[in-house]
Amino acid sequence: MTDRALAVVRAGALTTVQDLGRPGHAHLGVPRSGALDAPAAALVNRLVGNRPEAAVLETTLTGCAVRPRSDVFVAVGGAPCAVTVDGRPAAWGAPVRVPAGALLEAGPARAGVRSYLGVSGGIAVEPVLGSRSTDLLSGLGPVPLTDGAVLPLGTPGEPHARVDTAPQPASPAELVLRVTPGPRDDWFTARALRDFTSRAYRVSAASNRIGLRTEGPALERARSGELPSEGMVLGAVQVPPDGRPVVFLADHPTTGGYPVIAVVRSADLPAAAQAVPGTPVRFLAVRRR
Amino acid sequence: MRVLPVGDTALLVEVASGEQAQALHAELVRRRAEGSLTVREIVPAARTVLLDGLTDPRRVAADLTAAEVPPAPPLAETVVRIPVRYDGPDLADVAAHWGVSPQEVARVHAGTEFRVAFCGFAPGFGYLTGLPPRYHVPRRATPRTAVPAGAVGLAGPYTGVYPRSSPGGWQLIGRTDAVLWDHARVPAALLAPGTRVRFVPQAEVPAP
Repeated sequence: MTDRALAVVRAGALTTVQDLGRPGHAHLGVPRSGALDAPAAALVNRLVGNRPEAAVLETTLTGCAVRPRSDVFVAVGGAPCAVTVDGRPAAWGAPVRVPAGALLEAGPARAGVRSYLGVSGGIAVEPVLGSRSTDLLSGLGPVPLTDGAVLPLGTPGEPHARVDTAPQPASPAELVLRVTPGPRDDWFTARALRDFTSRAYRVSAASNRIGLRTEGPALERARSGELPSEGMVLGAVQVPPDGRPVVFLADHPTTGGYPVIAVVRSADLPAAAQAVPGTPVRFLAVRRR
Repeated sequence: MRVLPVGDTALLVEVASGEQAQALHAELVRRRAEGSLTVREIVPAARTVLLDGLTDPRRVAADLTAAEVPPAPPLAETVVRIPVRYDGPDLADVAAHWGVSPQEVARVHAGTEFRVAFCGFAPGFGYLTGLPPRYHVPRRATPRTAVPAGAVGLAGPYTGVYPRSSPGGWQLIGRTDAVLWDHARVPAALLAPGTRVRFVPQAEVPAP
């Protein structure tokens, strides 16, 4: 008999279920959510033969451990970490067979922040507005994993990929974020605009799935007053009153009232999701495509 | 209309007033429905409409820059009625601000037809306009750490209902048992941009 489920043995610091998110509802105040390092989530799904929209686990710094109740294939990607099955070393970045009842552990991240666990069949919690993603801003989707929780698994589709190890980008020693200016760059002084793209910032420990917070030179506004709330996009660099830029990630609010000085190219956001606190950040102005 | 590029695939269209933003939003939704605009998100706000997930932002920007602000769309036929008990902790403060009695606050609020200008802050939280400027009130100087679900509040030109318990700085004048957001319901949100709303003093709600 098969019981397609996954028991959570060690939830880790913050492990959530993530898929492609729930875009299309921003006008109702619903964030898009979804895996922060989307290419890593897509890769582990491909490695275990899942469709791209299958839900995976996203860990934060400390990994997690799970015990499947049926034979499954698991692939761990994103932030590199030790992978073990019942304590025996197994491959990272490759499909690993985990027998029913065995303990699959993804260790603490050796570099980067977020590891992804793809499981054949996908995590099959009930979708909310078409997505199984946990949205930490609005509380939609499943709660973050807790020790002892049991997650249902879907039915496996394709056989797993025939690869030894899939190449994955290293987590960044310096995070270079290409930005296009605006829409509210005119709210800042010429000096602030210069500082923003020429001086060094660091990733703040206060970063989360909502935003990558930074420490560095405060950006001075050229005008006082409040900006009426306006729609926000993924990658928007919002500057709150303390002057330190915040890069909006998947769980960002759909509207906001602080001026957006620039927007990060979407291709650079997966690296932002893997930048540990203290990583140097440089905002590089590029031309709009 | 001022059209500001936002990254590589979005545009922020800025207009002169909240009414214009609502009219523009309705027009853009109409264009998407008829197939002449391909876009993932249309997000209205106080003075802007964001178009996110455009395949050809330059062409859309050129079209919109040349266009006039569209006229206000016809009103929706249905009016969402929200039962309210006007007993909020800030009712007396609001009454003092307006220079009227607490009963008069309830009478004015329940006598006003509102429209959802936009949503944000939380799933299902609508920013409702309709109160004349003389009834606009500032946010509380110190926000509450927890406002209960169903609280009916005022802030600036807006009135709104908290869909779930959250921190908040709005002046609370009442509460409702209406469920603003239920993701198991279709549609999940009771209020969406453009929805007409009336608040009904609870005593006047007929028993079921």
